[in-house]
Amino acid sequence: MAEEVKLFGAWGSAFSLRVDIALKLKGINYEYHEEDLFNKSSLLIKYNPIHKKVPVLVHHDKPLAESQVILEYIDETWENYPILPKDPYERAKARFWARFIDDKCFPAIWKAYWSKDEREKAVEELIELLKFLENELDDNFFGGETVGLVDIVGNIIAHWLPALHEVAGVEILTEEKFPKLCRWSHEFVNHSVVKEVLPSREKLIAFLRDRLESRSS
Amino acid sequence: MADEEVILLDFWGSMFGMRVRIALAEKGIKYEYKEEDLWNKSTLLVEMNPIHKRIPVLIHNGKSICESLIIVQYVDEVWHGKAPLLPSDPYQRAHARFWADVVDDKMYDAGKNVWATKGEDQEAANKVFFDTLKLLEAELGDKPYFGGDSFGFVDVALIPYYSWFHAYETFGNFSIEAECPKLIAWAKRCTEKESVSKSLADENKICEFVSQLRNKFGIE
Repeated sequence: MAEEVKLFGAWGSAFSLRVDIALKLKGINYEYHEEDLFNKSSLLIKYNPIHKKVPVLVHHDKPLAESQVILEYIDETWENYPILPKDPYERAKARFWARFIDDKCFPAIWKAYWSKDEREKAVEELIELLKFLENELDDNFFGGETVGLVDIVGNIIAHWLPALHEVAGVEILTEEKFPKLCRWSHEFVNHSVVKEVLPSREKLIAFLRDRLESRSS
Repeated sequence: MADEEVILLDFWGSMFGMRVRIALAEKGIKYEYKEEDLWNKSTLLVEMNPIHKRIPVLIHNGKSICESLIIVQYVDEVWHGKAPLLPSDPYQRAHARFWADVVDDKMYDAGKNVWATKGEDQEAANKVFFDTLKLLEAELGDKPYFGGDSFGFVDVALIPYYSWFHAYETFGNFSIEAECPKLIAWAKRCTEKESVSKSLADENKICEFVSQLRNKFGIE
């Protein structure tokens, strides 16, 4: 029943898209509400008063916020197409890399692209961080043969990073430096379910270009 | 299980390390505690946590698990038969994870800025600190624990900061109990548990430690 599951998201937000990916991988029907991030709905604020951000998942009228918390909830509630391993040690590793992406890579990506002063240092830092991920990858996906938590959280690297390269002219994810990550990125964005969810490269580039221009003006 | 080898790399004053100590104590797990010198990290620490090079690190049968909340969840899952820290209901589990993340997002910096600043900066820091505590106190409400009737994940995440409260009060020049009595009552309730009282650092030692840090960073 689609009305039991609602997602408040924004098409340009990598965090929000993660939840779409997980729901679609598990074949869950849901009602999607697009939020205008410059004019957030009172419903969003009611459901997420602490952070006031997307994504918010509402299941049986109970709201949940924070993309990684939501992803684990989805995995525990709908057991088909598991995105986390069963083994506790493997689960801990997956959680570790997912946090690494959000806590370390994301801020470095942000600075590398949006901040002119801190760009050089942020690029160096991001390259070092991505090397850890490159070394960690030894299968099609971080999740093994199938898309898992780390791949989904890694959408910011697979899809947003190449788009940001177009917009800001800063290339970081090269085949030369990161052959495995580049291959993974290609596999991920072309995955049959994921590609239906992700915004097109052109649309994302236009959106990010707008944002970069409005930040510099 | 007699052939389990559990080692914890830790630092006596770390709130993050304390979380793991509490979880291990709740489950009654025997382990070897190894104290790290944060200014001279051991090769074992760097080998076991090459990405962050920081404590706590749990080494279980030779495999390392890093990041305190990830370690606590791991301990809860492996030794699931005793003292569950996370609820069994998925929504309640998500709620607990959300609030543990709120503690992680806000508490460390809020507390640090109280003792690491002075003058107007400290006034601003004190306000942020109390906003954070009040947010947490509101979430606690009238429940005995954040987990409800039983001590759980969010309680484990937050209670180590109680050992730092005396330091925050001393250098911030305020009383936490005056502003957040319910939170202090909760903290005292938690310290009645042996797993907590044995795991928390001595608050006077922490205060002395912070005083040394302030001298080191020229804040005095």
